[in-house]
Amino acid sequence: MNRRLACGLTDDPLTDLTHLTLAEARDALKARKVSSRELTQAHLDAMERARLLNAYIAETPDKALAMAAASDERLAKGEGGPLEGLPIGVKDLYATEGVHTQACSHILDKFRPTYESTVTAHLWRDGAVMLGKLNMDEFAMGSSNETSYYGPVASPWLPPNWSEEKARAALKGDKRGLLVPGGSSGGSAAAVAAHLCLAATASDTGGSIRQPAAFTGTVGIKPTYGRCSRYGMVAFASSLDQAGPIARTVRDAAIMLGSMAGPDPKDSTCFNGPAPDYEAAVGRSVKGRVIGVPKEYRLDGMNPEIETLWAQGVEWLRDAGARIVDISLPNTRHALPAYYIVAPAEASSNLARYDGVRYGLREPGKDIVELYEKTRAAGFGPEVRRRVMIGTYVLSAGYYDAYYVRAQKIRTLIKRDFERAFADGVDAILTPATPSAAFGIGEKGSADPVEMYLNDVFTVTVNMAGLPGLAAPAGLTEQGLPLGLQLIGRPFDEETLFSLGEAIEQAAGRMKLPEPWWACGAVAAVGDRGHNANRSEDFDDGAG
Amino acid sequence: MSVDQATVRRIARLARIAVKNEELPHLQGEINAILSFVEELGAVDVEGVEPMTSVIPMKLPMRPDVVTDGEIEQKVLANAPLAEDDFFLVPKVIE
Repeated sequence: MNRRLACGLTDDPLTDLTHLTLAEARDALKARKVSSRELTQAHLDAMERARLLNAYIAETPDKALAMAAASDERLAKGEGGPLEGLPIGVKDLYATEGVHTQACSHILDKFRPTYESTVTAHLWRDGAVMLGKLNMDEFAMGSSNETSYYGPVASPWLPPNWSEEKARAALKGDKRGLLVPGGSSGGSAAAVAAHLCLAATASDTGGSIRQPAAFTGTVGIKPTYGRCSRYGMVAFASSLDQAGPIARTVRDAAIMLGSMAGPDPKDSTCFNGPAPDYEAAVGRSVKGRVIGVPKEYRLDGMNPEIETLWAQGVEWLRDAGARIVDISLPNTRHALPAYYIVAPAEASSNLARYDGVRYGLREPGKDIVELYEKTRAAGFGPEVRRRVMIGTYVLSAGYYDAYYVRAQKIRTLIKRDFERAFADGVDAILTPATPSAAFGIGEKGSADPVEMYLNDVFTVTVNMAGLPGLAAPAGLTEQGLPLGLQLIGRPFDEETLFSLGEAIEQAAGRMKLPEPWWACGAVAAVGDRGHNANRSEDFDDGAG
Repeated sequence: MSVDQATVRRIARLARIAVKNEELPHLQGEINAILSFVEELGAVDVEGVEPMTSVIPMKLPMRPDVVTDGEIEQKVLANAPLAEDDFFLVPKVIE
């Protein structure tokens, strides 16, 4: 029996609406070949069949269909914004008015914002349709989506040498051995790769957009610090956090970022100028552009497959007319340790707001201090607790200069390395996105937290220097898992990254994403929500 | 640099996170693993280097000093675990 038919899908890509790219769906809506309601319903159906992947932690079908109906009315009148009628997913980090917003932490138990984040407000202004809230590492602290209060997300990519039956059985159990989608934006990456939305919002503090994009064969961009407003994003490390999209093509990512970016009086660190037309940069020639290849990213004992992929990327860009130069970024190796001082320090300060008084979880105590201590012990998971404690320590009296101030000085050195390269005429820098392909759920970091931190070795420098970074799928490992390349750009020059990213996409060929092996197994489980004890109470619709 | 268990207890107190005695050795091990990972930074020459204060140089915007919102008590209290009238409720703080 044809498995795809059994899942309610057909072999005709035109009738499987979830397989359109964002740009194709936009054009089909404009041409009235399909309605937003049909497009949205197709995604809601796919989400229902994929619940065991645990990508969405709250689905908002009522809201989605109401937004789709409004979009169809506007489209019928020949009106509508650049994203009119296009269904997308939203990382649980973004405040969405009246809808589940917890950054996948227990400490924000039952939190329903009375306001909307600027980035999501921009998307709704432009006509996008919200499908639901996406799983993530708790407060975006993690590289595998395993620290979420709502449990891990399973990647839609099958582990090497696993049968679909074995994977479906694991999906119904504790998911161990299935692949992580990366993190912290693991729900976003998995949902995009599994065709459970056309694109998704994500966020990146040390690699949280680019690493999951690389692990799932999708495209992710962290724009320049200040390109998108942080208003209404649950804060992790304020000098590093930045919003960005995950999508299936470079063009789709450009369309999403064009809507998400832009000035905002509510965020004083947000760049006060309009976002350029990023989509116009897709397909622009890269002839004569100068690409730097930093020797410090060639790590000792580097995975040979990553090295081969990197060399291949260099060749592709050379073939597209770019000029390749060797560069040196001598402070690269200090970036990850410095990050693990700066980020926890800022996190310990930001997370001081969770006190059990104004919102979220509250554990009773005999006095106010006991209320704070019990609430925070019950509400924070182990990784968040660890980082808050490290941050508290490095900011405490007597250690502030030795740790925090020193790390911020090293950050200046890291930024200077990049400035020197750009001053020498480099337009963008090409590196691997991750040191390996995706690993298994339960495989890393249980004994030593630093083992997990090493995932961010190639991405974290970009946050430390505030630069834009794009991860594009570039190939598969011998075992068939996706790998990505990273492009790093000058401040506010995301356009060059989109041009170069598309050149890589053209050369590598569009990533063939996995068939829905998870879908049939999940059908029987729909309605059975007991598999996840932490599942949001109002799974149907957060609007209340 | 490494921390002893008394220091772990003091950090937990400063962070306002209740930690049980039996959790201390485990937390101590994790914190020391991270501190040893960042230890190499002590050897970096940062003489004369300014600490970073703003990753992208930009002038902080100013706006007129006027009231732009308010009268939204119900919105402010909407997510409070315990509230009465227009107030958050907490255990008695002053004897």
